[in-house]
Amino acid sequence: MVTYCGFCGKERAEGDHSACASRLGVIDPPRFCAECARRMVVQVTPSGWTAACSRHGEISSAR
Amino acid sequence: MTAAPEQVDVLAVAREQVLEQGVGLSEEQVLEVLRLPDDRIPELLELAHAVRMRWCGPEVEVEGIVSLKTGGCPEDCHFCSQSGQFPSPVRSAWLDIPGLVKAARQTAETGASEFCIVAAVRGPDKRLLSQVRDGIKAIREDGNDIQIACSLGMLTQEQVDELVDMGVHRYNHNLETARSHFPNVVTTHSWEERWDTLKMIRAAGMEVCCGGIIGMGETLEQRAEFAVQLAELEPDEVPLNFLIPNPGTPYENYPVVEGPEALRTVGAFRLALPRTILRFAGGRELTFGDLGAKQGMLGGVNAIIVGNYLTNLGRPAQDDLDMLTELAMPIKELSKTL
Repeated sequence: MVTYCGFCGKERAEGDHSACASRLGVIDPPRFCAECARRMVVQVTPSGWTAACSRHGEISSAR
Repeated sequence: MTAAPEQVDVLAVAREQVLEQGVGLSEEQVLEVLRLPDDRIPELLELAHAVRMRWCGPEVEVEGIVSLKTGGCPEDCHFCSQSGQFPSPVRSAWLDIPGLVKAARQTAETGASEFCIVAAVRGPDKRLLSQVRDGIKAIREDGNDIQIACSLGMLTQEQVDELVDMGVHRYNHNLETARSHFPNVVTTHSWEERWDTLKMIRAAGMEVCCGGIIGMGETLEQRAEFAVQLAELEPDEVPLNFLIPNPGTPYENYPVVEGPEALRTVGAFRLALPRTILRFAGGRELTFGDLGAKQGMLGGVNAIIVGNYLTNLGRPAQDDLDMLTELAMPIKELSKTL
């Protein structure tokens, strides 16, 4: 199954995502759905974040 | 034959002028500080810390911030991932009132005395102001007496008065950079328009919070210019951000400000603004890492944003609170801000 990078939205299996990994979860919440690469609606709060894909539902930092 | 003029060391001058007399450095002096070699940074930070302790005291003001309205902004601030004019992955979102109340509660639980409600807009419309009013009312009904600040863009006099009526005690509106560099950063409004809003805020009795972002292509001369322009405004607080090169923005490939350069900037701004609350804000995680944040706190900074920012993540709040404990820096209590 194809999965996508939450930072750049490109296929995880293609290209180098080390720069993405250095930001994702460190200073950036995911912006793209891992399952379909749709841009997600992200809400950052002082203690966490939620990210919602219109097709695949919501994920959060609390997960 | 005339003798060459004696070179006067800028830190020696600052020790007398800023530390002893409380008079901030001039633009030329700030520039000299920004040009100090790396091996003089410890001396600069030590002096900046002494200035902060002398004129501000040991307490640290802790603040949390939250984005009430994210993305879709009509302005073209080149650093901002929330501009609707760039292909940023940030999508529009509104935080509902229960979410706002929860964010304020979580912020208060860290011991913070400030909670800033932020919206990505040119200026607030009636819907946004109504949401802010309802949100503040709900925060108070939750038994939370944390000080409320707002950052809602440029204001009219009527809107300033409305915010005062809501009990907003401080308003953030960053000038972002030096006046001479601003047209390179924003083209949809002017530095002067921002200045006008800041003047209205001050005249209405709200505290003025105004800072900017370091690392947007400004020269050292423009960085010094910015420091003294802020000093001229006499803000109660200056949040100091370091550019986070966000994807899709015109600055996405700009380099992150290096630690030594950032520390020099922190020290220089403290020497230009001896009595101001100087706050570590966005970008410090990328620029400094854990160690540098501590150096900054010992180099003139006396306020921090804890937890996450608007669209970017910060360090866990507890990590910063532990750092303050380790540094024996007490958190400013809410009772002392009222």
